[in-house]
Amino acid sequence: MDTGCENMATANITVSETPLVLYALRRADDALILGHRLSEWCGHAPMLEEDMALANMGLDLLGQARELYTYAARVEGRNNDEDKFAYLRDVRQYRNLLLLEQPNGDFARTMVRQFFYAAFADLYWRAMMASSDPTLAAIAAKSEKESAYHLRHSSEWIVRLGDGTEESHRRAQTAIDDLWAYTGEMFAVDDSERGLIDAGIAIDPASLRSQWLKTVTGVAGEATLSLPNNDWMQQGGRSGRHSEHLGHLLSELQSLQRTFPGATW
Amino acid sequence: MYTQALNTSDGDDRGIEDAARAAQFQARIDADERIEPNDWMPAAYRKTLTRQISQHAHSEIVGMLPEGNWITRAPTLRRKAALLAKVQDECGHGLYLYAAAETLGSAREELVDLMLAGKAKYSSIFNYPTLTWADIGTIGWLVDGAAIMNQIPLCRCSYGPYARAMIRVCKEESFHQRQGFEIMLTLCRGTREQRAMAQNALDRWWWPVLMMFGPPDKVSQHSDNSTKWKIKRFSNDELRQKFVDATVPQAQFLGLTIPDPDMRQNEKGNWEYSPIDWNEFNQVLAGNGPCNRDRLAARRKAHEDGAWVREAAMAHAGKRKHRQLAQAAE
Repeated sequence: MDTGCENMATANITVSETPLVLYALRRADDALILGHRLSEWCGHAPMLEEDMALANMGLDLLGQARELYTYAARVEGRNNDEDKFAYLRDVRQYRNLLLLEQPNGDFARTMVRQFFYAAFADLYWRAMMASSDPTLAAIAAKSEKESAYHLRHSSEWIVRLGDGTEESHRRAQTAIDDLWAYTGEMFAVDDSERGLIDAGIAIDPASLRSQWLKTVTGVAGEATLSLPNNDWMQQGGRSGRHSEHLGHLLSELQSLQRTFPGATW
Repeated sequence: MYTQALNTSDGDDRGIEDAARAAQFQARIDADERIEPNDWMPAAYRKTLTRQISQHAHSEIVGMLPEGNWITRAPTLRRKAALLAKVQDECGHGLYLYAAAETLGSAREELVDLMLAGKAKYSSIFNYPTLTWADIGTIGWLVDGAAIMNQIPLCRCSYGPYARAMIRVCKEESFHQRQGFEIMLTLCRGTREQRAMAQNALDRWWWPVLMMFGPPDKVSQHSDNSTKWKIKRFSNDELRQKFVDATVPQAQFLGLTIPDPDMRQNEKGNWEYSPIDWNEFNQVLAGNGPCNRDRLAARRKAHEDGAWVREAAMAHAGKRKHRQLAQAAE
């Protein structure tokens, strides 16, 4: 039973990015890229308990990505699937937030990235449970439970690191300062998504910003950390203009599918 | 965070090991009773078990590295999730086993320090590299398969916490083994390149896997006491033969060739294999395997890079406690 070259090729797939497909791909890419980053820690974390926790969160996110890709494929109806979306799109076809592709750096950086995103995702998925799209509402219900844990876990670490030693405080503060400019993109909405919001399929992330800021400010305060005044925000991930880091991540993630086109694994 | 109370061990057993107690202990073992942490036990029993359980724990943790090497390159999302979950399971086994070792009076930190200092062993199989995706299949199929063969009898080991840990570990390992076999099956039913990849992985892993069962019975150092104490219930060679007999038909099913042209089935049905190169085994044990240095370096780096995180957690816990006490005093 030789599987030969079916529809998969090394070339990038083409995607019809209708608003709903694009919507699902953006969230799927968020989950995959952050999940991938967390999986890079496996075997190298500061303590075994954290190896377990980082892998746990990575697995949650991978699960979210798979459901969202599968939904995108179904809506698109063009013979794409979760693996084609993940393995056969190039950097410019990826739609994730810039924040999530940022390298792990030290443990403080990983946790601050996790915290900024989880504080958003927790609110976002909870609100999305009211989506008029039953599949998205179901994915949101599952993702919300997971995000709530991710938020709790990362918040506790932000407090420990901020209010721990001088070194951990310095590292946590540096991570906040470096990553802050990537947080604005979470709340941005373009025309494609605006239509979905108006139709009740998606929720408006801008409406979550003040609650997010309250959460982040509260935890940072308890951690004796400060939030930057700089309100310049980097954007571009949602439309495929990424940082230099994503290409390296994808060249690793996609290496087997690109090297052995058409093989079944 | 793990407990501080266990951070220093008491050293040797201070109880007087009179002959009567030792005899009573052996009688309990002979009656298939389980020994529990608070029970009296000979110092040598404690030492043997601490060594064995902690080596087992180190193996789980170091074993995360060769497979972790492929998490970021797993070829599909399903494989990626399964591999990440598998490596996470190994970590869980490590934690569980360190906890079992702690019941014998040695702290996890102490045991880990010995490993990082190169003074404690871990399974030599993890000193071989994972070069292709087929290695991930082969590790699941053969390395986990061999581990199960070794560990199933340990579920009846005389020391309660170890036996109970093994029951849980074996359940997960047998799932990993099936997963590994399924990776191999997919490769063997795949393209010519994939089949070649699978055969090459088997060629490289076969002999090191047979070495996992330890030296031949005639030279094994630890077996006598371990057998008497019912820590070990089968000899190295017995387990190795069981493993080979179980594996040959699986390789045939996959259409792969075991790299031992002289292997043949005897009249009792056992597959007789060629002599094992124990020099290679001894070299790997002595630190000269292809990845010994890389593995230790990776564990040391994780430990050292994480030091400030662990210190921060301790410092924060201290501050928190201090504040609570101050509050209570008001």
